[in-house]
Amino acid sequence: MATGHEGAANAPNAGEYVVHHLTQLNTTGHAQTSIVDFSVINLDTIVFSILMGVLGLFIMLRVAKNVTSGVPGRGQAALEILIEMVANQARSIVHSEQSRKFVAPLALTVFVWVFLMNSMDFLPVDLLPRIWQAATGNPHAYLRVVPTADLNGTLGMSVGVLLLCFWYNIKIKGLGGWIHELFTAPFGNHPLLYLPNFLMQMIEFLAKTVSHGMRLFGNMYAGELLFMLIALMGAAYGASAGLTGPLLWLGHVIAGTGWALFHIFIVVLQAFIFMMLTLVYIGQAHEGH
Amino acid sequence: MNLNATLFAQLVVFFILAWFTMKFVWPPIMKALDERATKIAEGLAAAERGRQSLDLASKHSAETLREGKEKVAEVIAQAEKRALQIIEDAKLQAKSEADKVVAGAKAEIEQEAARVKESLRERVAELAVAGAEKILRREVDVKAHADMLAAIKQDL
Repeated sequence: MATGHEGAANAPNAGEYVVHHLTQLNTTGHAQTSIVDFSVINLDTIVFSILMGVLGLFIMLRVAKNVTSGVPGRGQAALEILIEMVANQARSIVHSEQSRKFVAPLALTVFVWVFLMNSMDFLPVDLLPRIWQAATGNPHAYLRVVPTADLNGTLGMSVGVLLLCFWYNIKIKGLGGWIHELFTAPFGNHPLLYLPNFLMQMIEFLAKTVSHGMRLFGNMYAGELLFMLIALMGAAYGASAGLTGPLLWLGHVIAGTGWALFHIFIVVLQAFIFMMLTLVYIGQAHEGH
Repeated sequence: MNLNATLFAQLVVFFILAWFTMKFVWPPIMKALDERATKIAEGLAAAERGRQSLDLASKHSAETLREGKEKVAEVIAQAEKRALQIIEDAKLQAKSEADKVVAGAKAEIEQEAARVKESLRERVAELAVAGAEKILRREVDVKAHADMLAAIKQDL
């Protein structure tokens, strides 16, 4: 434990510490046992993702309320840069003015939201869980603060993008046109190829959606895990004899700083990638094979 | 790593947030951006118009200046000509005036000379008579020789 409050007797070992930190606070009150169980909801992911979403929207809404077409303030200029970036990307990828009215704001939302959720990783790994444990009075209460390090969070968003792909496929090509495409593309229009075409299309949709969600999840999960390992290094400070303790502490500081700095890059990059893939997949739904 | 209903909750949140952005965040900022683009375009057009009218005005002012200079030169030339004319006229007038004065003076001098001559003639005649009287006191009777004296006077 980075804070070192717990006595040596009941201190968890490294494995327990990591597993504890990677267990969601859910509606059952204990760790989820089965891999898939749709009766369970991860409260921490829901709360923090809504919190981050509302925070992002609140900041943007405040700027939007006071927007001026004259000389912009710093906040407005910053948001304008962001919006211009998203609008340009949307324009170059989604070739439908009508669709962009929803898709471009969606991309902006995705970018800001994912960025903020990823940024929860910058908080010290033990800070919010500790506060939560103190608040509930349960020293073993679970809490995970990074919603994008929860597969449900990222897959929820990528499934949302998948549904949008379906919607735009039907909207642009018509239901009949889309079904026709499902069976005749990508290999060609021949009765023998109907099944391979359809299977290929299903694999494509599945691969897109899973990789879309998994990529963000994997990055943030790994980042979180590394922060925990670094924290463990610092936590070993008191238990180590001689020079090893101070060196571990120094290692924690150096590695923690280095990884946090690098993680800034990952946080922004992953938010950007998630936004770009959202645009690309929706853009693909607009184009025939 | 376990899948559960959080996924659907996140899905719903995702669409709500996107809808909110589409409704309340995106349009005002895009509108402001478009308005600013229009403003800048108008500003540039106005600057271009201003530059053109400046060109026009400077051309016009150069033209006016040139015309003014020409006019001034013309006026100066005319004035010089007129001045010469006036000087010439004045000279002529002065000359004729002088001639007149000279002629008057001459006539007066001649008159005076004639008058002086006349008086001198009379005076000389008197002197001659007086001299002759003195010489001829005794034998010459003034009355008797008055005719002769008159004749002499006439000859002088």
